[in-house]
Amino acid sequence: MNAPLQAKAVKTTCPYCGVGCGVLARPDGFGGAQVQGDPEHPANFGRLCSKGSALGETLSLDGRLLHPMMRGPAGVMARAPWDDALNAVAKGFRETIARHGPDSVAFYVSGQLLTEDYYVANKLMKGFIGSANIDTNSRLCMASSVAGHRRAFGADTVPGCYEDLDEADLLILTGSNAAWCHPILFQRMLKNKRERGARIVVIDPRATPTSDEADLLLQIAPGMDSVLFSGLLAYLADQGVLDRDYIRDHTNGFSEALARARHIAPDAEAVAEQCNVPRERIETFFAWVAATRKTVTLYSQGVNQSAQGTDKVNAIINCHLATGRIGQPGMGPFSLTGQPNAMGGREVGGLANQLAAHMDFEPGNVDRVRRFWDAPAVAPRPGLKAVDLFDAVAQGRIKALWIMATNPVVSLPRADAVRTALGNLELLVVSDVVAATDTIRAGAHILLPAAGWGEKDGTVTNSERRISRQRGFLTTPGEAQPDWWIVSEVAKRMGFANAFNYASAAEIFEEHCALSAFENGGTRDFDIAGLGTLSHEDYAALDPVQWPVAKNETNGAKRLFAAGGFYTPDRRARFVAVAKPKLAAEPGRYLPLLLNTGRIRDQWHTMTRTGKSPRLGAHIEEPRIAVHPDDAQSFNIEDGAFARVSTLHGSAVLRVAVTPSQRRGEIFAPIHWNGETASDARVGALVHAACDPISGQPEMKATEATIAPVQFAMHGFFLTRKPVDLPTGVWWARSTVEGGFGYRIAVPSSNTKHWADIARDLLGNDEIYAELLDEGQGRYRAAIIRGETLDACVFLAKSPQALPGWEWLKQQLAAPSLTEPARRALLAGRAAEAGTDSGPVVCACFGVGRNAICRTISDRRATSPEAVGRELKAGTNCGSCIPEIRRLIAETEAQPQPQAV
Amino acid sequence: MSEPLVIVGNGMAATRLVDELTTLVPGRYAIAVVGEEPSLAYNRVLLSSLLAREIDEDAVTLKKAEWWRDRGVTLVYGRRAVEIDTKAKAVRLRGGSKLNYSKLVLAIGSEAVRLPLPGADLPGVVTFRDKSDVEAILSRARTGARAVVIGGGLLGLEAAYGLMKAGAEVSVVHLMDRLMERQLDCEAAGLLKAALEERGIQVVLNAESEAVQGRRKVAGLRLKDGRNIPADLIVMAVGIRPNVRLARGADLSVNRGIVVGDDLATSDPDVYALGECAEHRGTCYGLVEPAYEQARTLARALAGKPASYEGSLLSTNLKVSGVNVFSAGDFLGAPGTEPIVLRDPGRKSYRKLVVNEDRLTGAVLVGDTADALWYLDLIRSGAPIGALREDLVFGRAFAEPQACAA
Repeated sequence: MNAPLQAKAVKTTCPYCGVGCGVLARPDGFGGAQVQGDPEHPANFGRLCSKGSALGETLSLDGRLLHPMMRGPAGVMARAPWDDALNAVAKGFRETIARHGPDSVAFYVSGQLLTEDYYVANKLMKGFIGSANIDTNSRLCMASSVAGHRRAFGADTVPGCYEDLDEADLLILTGSNAAWCHPILFQRMLKNKRERGARIVVIDPRATPTSDEADLLLQIAPGMDSVLFSGLLAYLADQGVLDRDYIRDHTNGFSEALARARHIAPDAEAVAEQCNVPRERIETFFAWVAATRKTVTLYSQGVNQSAQGTDKVNAIINCHLATGRIGQPGMGPFSLTGQPNAMGGREVGGLANQLAAHMDFEPGNVDRVRRFWDAPAVAPRPGLKAVDLFDAVAQGRIKALWIMATNPVVSLPRADAVRTALGNLELLVVSDVVAATDTIRAGAHILLPAAGWGEKDGTVTNSERRISRQRGFLTTPGEAQPDWWIVSEVAKRMGFANAFNYASAAEIFEEHCALSAFENGGTRDFDIAGLGTLSHEDYAALDPVQWPVAKNETNGAKRLFAAGGFYTPDRRARFVAVAKPKLAAEPGRYLPLLLNTGRIRDQWHTMTRTGKSPRLGAHIEEPRIAVHPDDAQSFNIEDGAFARVSTLHGSAVLRVAVTPSQRRGEIFAPIHWNGETASDARVGALVHAACDPISGQPEMKATEATIAPVQFAMHGFFLTRKPVDLPTGVWWARSTVEGGFGYRIAVPSSNTKHWADIARDLLGNDEIYAELLDEGQGRYRAAIIRGETLDACVFLAKSPQALPGWEWLKQQLAAPSLTEPARRALLAGRAAEAGTDSGPVVCACFGVGRNAICRTISDRRATSPEAVGRELKAGTNCGSCIPEIRRLIAETEAQPQPQAV
Repeated sequence: MSEPLVIVGNGMAATRLVDELTTLVPGRYAIAVVGEEPSLAYNRVLLSSLLAREIDEDAVTLKKAEWWRDRGVTLVYGRRAVEIDTKAKAVRLRGGSKLNYSKLVLAIGSEAVRLPLPGADLPGVVTFRDKSDVEAILSRARTGARAVVIGGGLLGLEAAYGLMKAGAEVSVVHLMDRLMERQLDCEAAGLLKAALEERGIQVVLNAESEAVQGRRKVAGLRLKDGRNIPADLIVMAVGIRPNVRLARGADLSVNRGIVVGDDLATSDPDVYALGECAEHRGTCYGLVEPAYEQARTLARALAGKPASYEGSLLSTNLKVSGVNVFSAGDFLGAPGTEPIVLRDPGRKSYRKLVVNEDRLTGAVLVGDTADALWYLDLIRSGAPIGALREDLVFGRAFAEPQACAA
């Protein structure tokens, strides 16, 4: 079987962050694909970041959920026919609703869903079940931006576009490590800096790879963004750089907002003090902003994931409204979305406090949507937002829950409590692409196999309102189905066949467009009427397009609000008088430190896909807690050692990385590791659930915490071709490596087994293997070699420093066969240096190898055993090797100059 | 006028002594070498290769006749020295002639121990010590002949290997529970046993010989536990005994061997001894390397240079059919020492190093013995190993790559 050599590239969209890069995928005919950036996509013009570039490595079917599964009477999951599974879901929801009412059920969905999937799920819950209990993991990511936009603009509208990043003269990144989290956009910003001289300011409690490239870093105290932007607003007013006309013609509430800003932050000194940043830096920042009309303020999780996130967003927007720097080239506030389709989810109404198509629960909207859907029971009021939703699960108010394409047992605050709560459900349905997640293990009753990236078909919307197609280019494996199909089939079985009789994603998109246009008349920002008339072929071929797309148009709007036209009743933007910020956490009240959480460069969310890539796994291969050197000293923890990080909600054991890029008193942990990839690193379990009162978004970046050293008796790593269950009590973190899996491990002193026995536990009991035992130096190493390949190896030592690196061993695991020198060097963990290999021993008395003798024969023209003996001593003791030396002389002379290896 | 120096014994030690001495002080002595065996000195270590027919007789000869002639050495071989008159400073040879000496060196080696078993005098019971033994064995070791080697030490295994290569079906019977127990720990001995068995040599451990069976010639070996091993040939390789008769007759001080001091002089200051016949600080060595070290020291002493032999650190090298075995020093590991073990059954390789307070004190290697000499140097020098320890067991190429780069 041959792969098609030049398979046609399919244009699709990356499934990771909200940049929404265009991807060209060429199926290789073996279930994988070559992936490259789409040079024509306006988000990335052909570039891809590390995660996007490695998409081809994430397509394997390892770990995929391929068939519906149902928990049988004995509690064991077993394969079930689709029909049985769908009937069971429908029956479960129907009966729960019948007994306890529509608010006793809920959907928790995901920014990984395509717009069409999202639309159908939202329609079922809000239009036909009659509850608004559908919320999305975008709640953890974007809710504060949505709320801020709606307060200021009357709609959830991103006013600008990516071209603004190319055209701005000042780029302010606040609460964004774009260098790692939105790399392609950050590269655009750096290009602007390089070629046009734009300045970059980074506002972040942490020094990050993003701030490494900045002209100015304001390493502010956590949560103080509103102080900074209030101070900025006051400064701009004082300096007379306000756009009085814009304020007068297009806004309300400026004077109240300014008065509040002056109250919070009257001057640079006040800002400096509250933000804990040197005053000169604040003044520089203010001066730069005042002097630079073309300013874009980009913000992400540092702003959104906050108990005052909505106020932060509005404090930023206030400054742009006050200077009229909005909706024009190179200026505006700019929310960087986290997920590939957080925007699409917002558009369909996937948040519990939105109804549909950017309409809220105002009675006119409820009626309009009821008529459009011909729906029996449109939800009359907002539903439960994510944190509240899972609290309701814990309290037994929600009895049936359907989780789609997300892993809340890892990602939600107080994730341990979420896990416990899921166990209370009468019915937990999980649709996912993978067969094992922490959420599934928390007690799912029914598993529904969903189509994954590369298989499913639909649209996503990126951070600049650009709708792009995700297209399938692989055969959907097993019995997996698109999410829209799964939801529709359940809806049909719940008795709503007429409203969910979709034959394709294109039909759903058509309806979605129609709803956006329905009785709109320019009153709602989200209007894609122009796309509603696409034929299915046009939909299939749809080029990336920004909304809104008015009726009879094919191109969307790049920017909005340059000349006002907001979506408030009076069409004026609203300044918001923000509250003086205060973190929900108070370090020192219960615990002395603040725990911040976030992403690392090469992993995505809970690693179900990026975790499959050896390249991505190699960047940061285990979960680390970043700690300032002073804190490391006070808490008696060392770089490279382990620490237990504890909060009032949970704890984790992480590798310590001591770094001055943390502020003193603040520690940082990545969000990605979970029960599938590490023993004790579900950082979500540590995070408190303090939420923004308006957006409901939890403050995941400042939880009171403490840290303490954890001693392990042994440290090590383990490379293996197959994943293994590690013994209970052993700390581990798994990464995918070429040809297998790599585990970093640590063994507690309570484990009194001899390390040879521990290695045997890991390697499997009956194997014959090579081993190094060195009690004196506290080392143990073992390897299994099967045929000519390395099957597994384990290296243990008393301290992390005593371990060699594992890069060379990873190469050996990947190698189709071991070379003889590599085979010999295996337990050394590294190759001998070039030229040091003397080859198989010839003279046993003096330990002289064949390579050394041959080198001497050819280099020094030794033509007799005596001459060789003079050079190397070989053969001068017992002389038993002289016959062999004689033979080597004869061979070497006959066959001149083989280059010594 | 050169002083007359008489060397009794024409083996490896004598040859090395002549080599060293004539290099150091050419012409200082008029050297006469008296040898009992009727041939030029040969390399006894190669006897198993000769037995295996891997090499011919020429190849075992240490030095050609010209070499001796060029150095003015009078070779008297095929003659046995029967008496030393220390007062007259003369050696009497069998047949009556006498050689006067100014200095006398005894390099008369050892003889193989024959077990006093019933039937041990039957034809087909031989030892494995010299070229005539090889001839005797070869005359019986036809293809398919059944040979039993009594003794699983170095010599016995070499004999077994030679016999196996010569086409015989070979069994080694050994008194102890492991082969080469004085040189190997259990694991190394086990690997060696497996390697030998893989090559077709049967190994019988814990086997005490009771009697040689057969009427007119050897038919088998009976063990004390009742087992009976059929045999056409029995090679006794149970040990060696220093040749001391000549010394005793001259009233030189003799224990197990001829007692020598650090200058290798016997109780008579003009009579020296070296090699397997000598006993230095209570030790009789049975290996070539100490003999060579002694030869070097004695040559210096005879050349009038400061010389002192302080004993040899025993090391063992066995190369049997591609199975390399090495051991040195405290390879078992005394209490308080730290073993470093590297075993790799797939490569049939085993290494155990013994470290004592930052010094390498012992080593046993099976399979991959490439670093044997380096370890031996470290053991001998007693130098602190310091940073070498980390990769010591992986060999010099890892621990000290700068010293290995060619």
